[in-house]
Amino acid sequence: MVTQIVRDADRTGTGRTGINLTGARSVSGDVLEVTGLGVEYVTDGDPVRACAEVTFTLRRGEILGVAGESGSGKSTLITALTRLQRPPAVTTAGSIVFHPRDGGPAVDLVAASPKELRALRWTSLSIVLQSAMDALNPVMRLGAQFADALRTHDRSLSRDAAWARAAELLATVGISGDRVRSYPHELSGGMRQRASIALALACRPELVVMDEPTTAVDVVMQRQILAQVLRLRRELGFAVVFVTHDLSLLLELADRIAIMYAGRVVELGTADEIYDDPRHPYTRGLRDSFPPLRAPLRRLTGIPGTPPDLRRPPSGCPFHPRCALRFEGCDTHLPELVDAGGHAVACRLYDAADGGMADVGLPARTADGTEGRAERRIEDGIERRAEHRTEGGAR
Amino acid sequence: MTTTEAAAAIRDGGAAGGAMAAGAAAGGGPGRGVPGAVRAVRRWGFLLRRLGFYAAAAAAAIVLNFLLPRLMPGDPSSAIVEELQRVSGQQVPPETLESIRGIFGDPDQNLGQQFVQYLGQLARFDLGVSVVNFPVPVSELVLEALPWTLLLVGTTTVLAFVLGTGLGVIAGWKAGSRLDSILTPLTAFLSSVPYFWVALLALWVFGFVLGWFPLSGGYDANLAEGFNLPFLASVLHYGALPAATIVFSAFGGWLLGMRNMTVTTVREDYVLLAQAKGLSRGRVILRYAARNAMLPSFTGFAMALGGVIGGALLTETVFSYPGIGYLLFESLNKRDYPMMQGVFLIVTLATLLANLLADSLYVVLDPRIREAG
Repeated sequence: MVTQIVRDADRTGTGRTGINLTGARSVSGDVLEVTGLGVEYVTDGDPVRACAEVTFTLRRGEILGVAGESGSGKSTLITALTRLQRPPAVTTAGSIVFHPRDGGPAVDLVAASPKELRALRWTSLSIVLQSAMDALNPVMRLGAQFADALRTHDRSLSRDAAWARAAELLATVGISGDRVRSYPHELSGGMRQRASIALALACRPELVVMDEPTTAVDVVMQRQILAQVLRLRRELGFAVVFVTHDLSLLLELADRIAIMYAGRVVELGTADEIYDDPRHPYTRGLRDSFPPLRAPLRRLTGIPGTPPDLRRPPSGCPFHPRCALRFEGCDTHLPELVDAGGHAVACRLYDAADGGMADVGLPARTADGTEGRAERRIEDGIERRAEHRTEGGAR
Repeated sequence: MTTTEAAAAIRDGGAAGGAMAAGAAAGGGPGRGVPGAVRAVRRWGFLLRRLGFYAAAAAAAIVLNFLLPRLMPGDPSSAIVEELQRVSGQQVPPETLESIRGIFGDPDQNLGQQFVQYLGQLARFDLGVSVVNFPVPVSELVLEALPWTLLLVGTTTVLAFVLGTGLGVIAGWKAGSRLDSILTPLTAFLSSVPYFWVALLALWVFGFVLGWFPLSGGYDANLAEGFNLPFLASVLHYGALPAATIVFSAFGGWLLGMRNMTVTTVREDYVLLAQAKGLSRGRVILRYAARNAMLPSFTGFAMALGGVIGGALLTETVFSYPGIGYLLFESLNKRDYPMMQGVFLIVTLATLLANLLADSLYVVLDPRIREAG
């Protein structure tokens, strides 16, 4: 991965926020607390539950990656977090509590009035959309699109000062300041995407939500953009929720990663934990679908089957129809996201045990095992792991 | 060579020149903004090409306007001579024949000579003499009817556009809302009612049965024309009914078009981003949604403005309104060829002019056109 270099370079700068993971969670260190968030699309028939019981905490200055297949609820999560969802999407449950930097009172974005939300937008919470071509108004000059955001939130700013600020902002992402007079179609794809990022940072937000901002550009530009995001994050200290289908990219970029499946967070851990020790069978499937650059070669495997129809999600664990490790009860019991020392997973393989069980690796399905017979599963798991190794070594 | 190529050539040349002047240090490197001069050339180049196209179209219209009546069997002079002979029952004296040919043209004259003569007349805005209202010049009749048409059709066209577009934005912004689900189908129904039917019904109900509005004309003939209150009030009173029928029939089209464009535009990411920026609702709707959704409607509006000069033939006929449309209707009825020819020419040129104006404004409204056009 080209992005490997980026991450390594950044690591020497700020260092990863890994300490926070095991350290005490001080409220002042959190910028966003999402609890039990549920989003449904209202249809004539059954509602589509695009997000269910999504819970996570975002720390100040942290990059949280959210990964999942198409239809896993990633995009729904973005519009829900930023309160930009449109009918038929409705937030049906949960809260999104935002803690302002200045120590002001915490705001629940779900309950906030449109006016309160408008005041928070861009100054505290901004967004970078997937396609910069579509995200910039094609008939407005770049400068004007910066200026209206700047002047909405700072009434005292003059038009000229706003345009000058726009030029400065463009310069921070390596675009010549005289480009403020350009229209979006006069810029290359990479420039447009960088301009979108500069625009998102215009009012110094504490949180930037990024929706696959590098999917539309080539890998070289992707690397440049990610390096810029990391550099700006270091300079400005904003937190990022970075949503993508590309887990490999997140492994290089994010501090922590949430894996989504069928609208639920099925695993949440540091990038290293997700890469070295994926616990959920789905996460493992995702990780094994791309080749490692430096680690020994592994067998590349996909995940059989397709994501479920969210109108009629499977009973029990939504992944069980595609899961090679399912065992009795997976089709009836919905596992909850259980936190074990910062690395959380929603899988019944880990249900009955404490945090120590995570070291066991992936137990196999029990042919005749009954629920709760943890030891048996662990034994099987060790066996299976050994098999896996020999298989890998033989190749 | 297309404009883009030309602009590219200019840009390359300009960059080279700049590099030469400034030395190797600070040339226009890659990634630099397009110089303002090049952008201006692009824009003006586009306009000049358009201007050329419209000049050619206008020339073609003038030639056709000259040729068509002359290609038809018979000519105005002969028609008048025959008419005179039929009425009087005797041969037209040579001096009368001479003067008729002097006014309406000599059919035996060479076509080239006639064309030169025609162009000379046009340059003096001499459109010939009306046969029906002999010997009033066509240009005088046209100039007399023009203000009425501009007033009635012009204001109603603008009014219908503003009303329809405004309601269309509101309906499209909240597609599926109660307002949208009532207004949109109702408008679709209303705009499918034939105009002449609406006009006749309005005239019958409000003019004849209720007697609220006069049945015909553009003003009270008993009042002196001029800028005085009673006369202006009578103009409003006489114009209200025809104006209302035009707005009633025309605004629905604008509403439906604008509503549908707004529905698609609202789904665009840049509208979402405008909301994310925390802009006020009004600003998001006006600067992002409506502004972009209006581009197609705007073309239609410019075309409609071009059609204003032609008058609303049906309206002016039904309400006997003294505009260009009524003039044309009358001249068609009475086979007043010079009159028809004059009106056709004016209408054609006005349409071309409006389209040119629309094209030029579109360049300002949509910067993408400059390169693509």
